[in-house]
This record gives sequence, structure tokens and C-alpha cells, in this order.
Amino acid sequence: MATHALEAVDLVKTYPAGRKKPPLRALDGLTVSVPEGVVLGLLGPNGAGKSTTVKILTTLSRADSGTARVAGYDVVREQDRVRRAIGYVPQKSSSDPMATGLENLVLSGRIFGLSRQDATGRATELLERFGLAEHGGRAVKTYSGGMQRKLDVALGLVHQPRVLFLDEPTTGLDPEARADLWNEVLRLSGQEGLTVLLTTHYLEEADRLAGQLAIVDHGKIVAEGTPESLKSALRGDSVQVELVDPDTDGSVRVLLRQLPGVGEIVVEGNTLRARVDRGATAVPAVLGVLEDKAIPVVAVTVSRPSLDDVYLQHTGRSFRVAEEAA
Amino acid sequence: MSVAHTGLVFGRWTRASYRQPALIAFTLIQPAIWLLLFGQLFQGVVRIPGFGDSSYIAFLTPGIVMMTALMTSGWSGTAFIQDMERGVMDRLLASPVSRGGLMAGQLLSNASTTLIQTILVFAIGFAAGARYDGGAGGYLITIVASMLIGTAFGSLSNAVALLTRQQEALIGISQFVSLPLTFMSSIMIDPAVAPHWVNVAARYNPVDWATIAARQSLAASPDWSSVWRHSAYLLAFTLIVGWLSTRAFRTYQRSV
Ligand SMILES: Nc1ncnc2c1ncn2[C@@H]1O[C@H](COP(=O)(O)OP(=O)(O)OP(=O)(O)O)[C@@H](O)[C@H]1O
Ligand SMILES: [Mg+2]
Repeated sequence: MATHALEAVDLVKTYPAGRKKPPLRALDGLTVSVPEGVVLGLLGPNGAGKSTTVKILTTLSRADSGTARVAGYDVVREQDRVRRAIGYVPQKSSSDPMATGLENLVLSGRIFGLSRQDATGRATELLERFGLAEHGGRAVKTYSGGMQRKLDVALGLVHQPRVLFLDEPTTGLDPEARADLWNEVLRLSGQEGLTVLLTTHYLEEADRLAGQLAIVDHGKIVAEGTPESLKSALRGDSVQVELVDPDTDGSVRVLLRQLPGVGEIVVEGNTLRARVDRGATAVPAVLGVLEDKAIPVVAVTVSRPSLDDVYLQHTGRSFRVAEEAA
Repeated sequence: MSVAHTGLVFGRWTRASYRQPALIAFTLIQPAIWLLLFGQLFQGVVRIPGFGDSSYIAFLTPGIVMMTALMTSGWSGTAFIQDMERGVMDRLLASPVSRGGLMAGQLLSNASTTLIQTILVFAIGFAAGARYDGGAGGYLITIVASMLIGTAFGSLSNAVALLTRQQEALIGISQFVSLPLTFMSSIMIDPAVAPHWVNVAARYNPVDWATIAARQSLAASPDWSSVWRHSAYLLAFTLIVGWLSTRAFRTYQRSV
């Protein structure tokens, strides 16, 4: 039997009704598992249930029904063991702004039972590794957002957890810092066998980091697999048509829809993205019909399925559209 | 409850309060103003029966000590609210930190503020002419009672913070509670001249228990049975609300 560092079965979580607010089923039978040493990327639109899943797996919150084991321990019956085995980086910044970076790390280490000396050593090492060494003595409230986010991740690592939960760790990081963090996560999972559950809104991040991907929508996993297997499960190609003027009345969309071999179409501003059976035959047909109607075009491109197409297929929303709506 | 965790949490909040000089100044100036303001305001009260020959400022000082402890502790929960608004509370609650330690460490830090305030109020009272016949024991009992008030109402404030998760709700509730507790007591007015219903209400008011214990123990010939009885009530009240508010972490975790 392959060892799973993390296993959740049929999680259901309903948030109670509030004023003028009906009860909300945030998780609706979510099942997911992550083998040891693997990075699992949890993708999904806002409100899909990613953070709720993380909160249940970290023992912060409790599911109404369903079971979950993390690092071999039951998240309800063996809470304390789970807590000792995990690191949790919440979606919101989790450092104490009044304390310095070093104090934050040392306190966290000591809560996990490290001696003052060990905690200080470990904190210094982490500050170094996350490029915060010269800022360790400054109050966190004077840090930039990106520096705070790095400290958050460091806080999740002080006690050398076996399973790390990262809830949108790179939000607010510049591209360089993001790449650094990716490398760090890859190093930890590769060299130290750390298991990581990561939620993200960046497809590129999921593609780069995650050995396994799970797409969540409406509190359920709607697709699961390696990024490659998810992409190759999609038949056909993707055609993008960039127009000079936006297709405000939807007429272009209707025109393209009538062509043989064209599947669903998403409109984003001036761009239409269509799934087609074969790119090579679809492109001339698309260009032909646009020319007939004298619709000015900037560019037509064809591409193999991307993670964005996978996302579109399973959530019915283009990733970017979902992002903008948020 | 883990002693080590209590110490760590206490250290965290104590360091944080040293770094807010404006807040320190405020917590020290406020009781000074109350003492001098109410002292002036109610000076005439001295001449009504029930005050004997002691000065009103001597009567008022232990009352202001308790009022200060009460008012300051009402804010205690704002520290928790800030932790909840960031992800600090969530990170801590998903760690092996002891819940009792999380509560007790913060309350101890709060109680150390109360201690400093109490000493300051006494100093100002002394400067304004308050003298007490009771010995060191009287001061000690007053200090302990004020710290119990700070701890009890601090833990209630923390519990309200965990349950409402809103700064506005917390401040609203703590003001709503602390004003009646102040006025339905013998903090400013001798029970002999207060309306009957106030005296009845005061019997169930922990702030009044603390005030009575303090005032009695500072007197020339204290009624020790009254001092111990009211201190015991106060201690029991503090332990009960402390235990209840630690349970509020569970309610909070159910709502995240
Ligand atoms: N504490 C809460 N009380 C009530 N409802 C909540 C609470 N937390 C989350 N929800 C609701 O549960 C659903 C799932 O929320 P969750 O935070 O898990 O989404 P998410 O996938 O993490 O979204 P995002 O990408 O925006 O972070 C949402 O509809 C949200 O409004
Ligand atoms: Mg989230």
C-alpha cells in the first residue's frame, strides 16, 4: 500500500445561517489524498472550498462528517499529534506585527517545544534562507507585504513539519520572490520528503510545483491527476481569436459556434477562446468566416491544451474570468 | 494548562505593550484623571452622613483602583481580535499551544498592567491627601483584588472577542457592562446614602466585592470576615469565568 501523508474522505462542512444568509455548504463530499513527499496543488475559483479544506485538515476547523488523516493521525481523535506533525500557513498573514521577525519565529519554535537556543538557531537559519536575515530584528509591521508573506512561510517551517499546508502562499509576491519560494518548496519536497498541500490561484504555479493537481468547485473535487495527465485528457486544441473590437452583441461567438468541430467558447474582452477538435482545420475555417463578414482580426493562434483549458473544462469558467469576477 | 506556554504567551504580550508608549501613557493618565475629577466632583459628599471623619479622597481611591482595573480589562479582547483579523489566531490554534496558556498568558500580561495602575492610583491618592490606618496587608489585598478584577473581566472580554470576532461588538458590550457595574457599587457613593436598589444590585457585583474587600482591609480596624468572604467570592468568580472563556476557543474554532 502506498503511504498517504494525507487522506480525506467525504468531507462535508456547512457554515450555519447568519442574518439574511442561508446556511452554506462549503464542502460537499470532498475526497482527496496525497502520497508522501508529493506537492498537491488545490485549484479552484473563489469560494470553492480550498481554505475550508485546509482548515479541517490542520485541525483548526472540524468537518460535519467525513474523516481525514494527516501524517497517519486522525484529525479529530488525534488532534495533538496532527498539530505536532504539520505546518500551517494561513491565507491571511499570520505573523505578530508588534514583534520582530526573529521573535515571531523563536516564539513559534518554542511553542513546539524547542529550547530557546535551538529555536533561535532555527529562526536564524530560516531568516537567512528566506532572504530576511537583515530584517530579523525589525518589527514585522514595518515589513513589506512580500516580506511578511515570506515570514509566514518560514513560520510554518520552524518545527520541521512532515506535512506543510500553504494557503495561497505566493499572493503578493513579486515574480522573483515567487520563483524563490517555488524552489524552496521543490527542495523541501524533493530532498527532505516534505508533503505539501498548496492552494493557489496561479496556474503557472500549479504547473511548476504540483506533482498532483486537484480542481475544487462547489466543495467537491471535480478533476484530479498530474498536470500532464489532466491536459492530455482533454481532446483537441484551443484556438484564440483576438478581435479589433469587442464582440459586444455576441454575433462573432454565434458565427464561430456554427462551424463544424468547434466546442465551447469563452469571451474575455476582445478575445474569444474556443475548444476545437483539430487546430489545423479549424483555423482556416475561422479566418474564412471572419473575412466573409469583414470582421477585423488582430491575431488568431492555436495551442495545445493548457491548464487553463483544463480549468475551463471542469469548472465551466475560464481561469482568468473567474479571477476577474472575484 | 501548560506553564511553559503561559510564560511564552505572557512574554509576547508584555513585549508588545512596552512597544506602545502612547498606550501606556493613556492607561496611566486615565485613572489619574478619574481620581482627581471624581474627587473634586463629589467632594461635597463628604459632609453627608456615612463618611465618618475620613476624607472623601481616601474613600474614593480604592474604588478608582477597581474601576480602573475594570475599564482597562474591557479592552483586553482587542488583542485577540487583532490576532483573528490576521491569521495569527488560526495559526496558533492549529499548533499544539495550550488553550489555557493562550488565555492565561494574555491575562497575566493584562494583570501586570493593572498592578502598575493600582500603584499609580495609590500614589496619586496619597499625594491628594488619602491616608490609611491599615498596614501593608491592606495594600496587598487591594492589589490582589484589583488584579483579580482585571483577570476576570479581561477573560470575559477575551471570550466576547472569540464569540463576536468584531472590535465594535466587543467595545459596545464592554462599555454596556462596565458602566452599570461601576455605578451600581460603592465605588463612589457610600452604601449608607445610596438608594436601596443600588445596594441590592451591588451585592451581586464582583466589582463591589473587590471594593469592599479593599476598603475594609485598608481601614483602621478591618472586619476581616467581610474581607475574606468578599475575596473568596471574587476568586471563585475569576476562576469560573476564566475556565468558561477558555472554552470559547472551541466556539471560535467551530465558526472558522
Ligand atoms: N467562517 C466562515 N463563515 C461562514 N462562511 C464561510 C466561512 N469561511 C468560508 N465560508 C464560505 O465557505 C465557502 C468556501 O470558502 P473557502 O474560504 O473555503 O473558499 P476558497 O476556495 O478558499 O476561496 P478563495 O479562493 O477566495 O480563498 C465560501 O462560500 C465562503 O463564503
Ligand atoms: Mg481561500
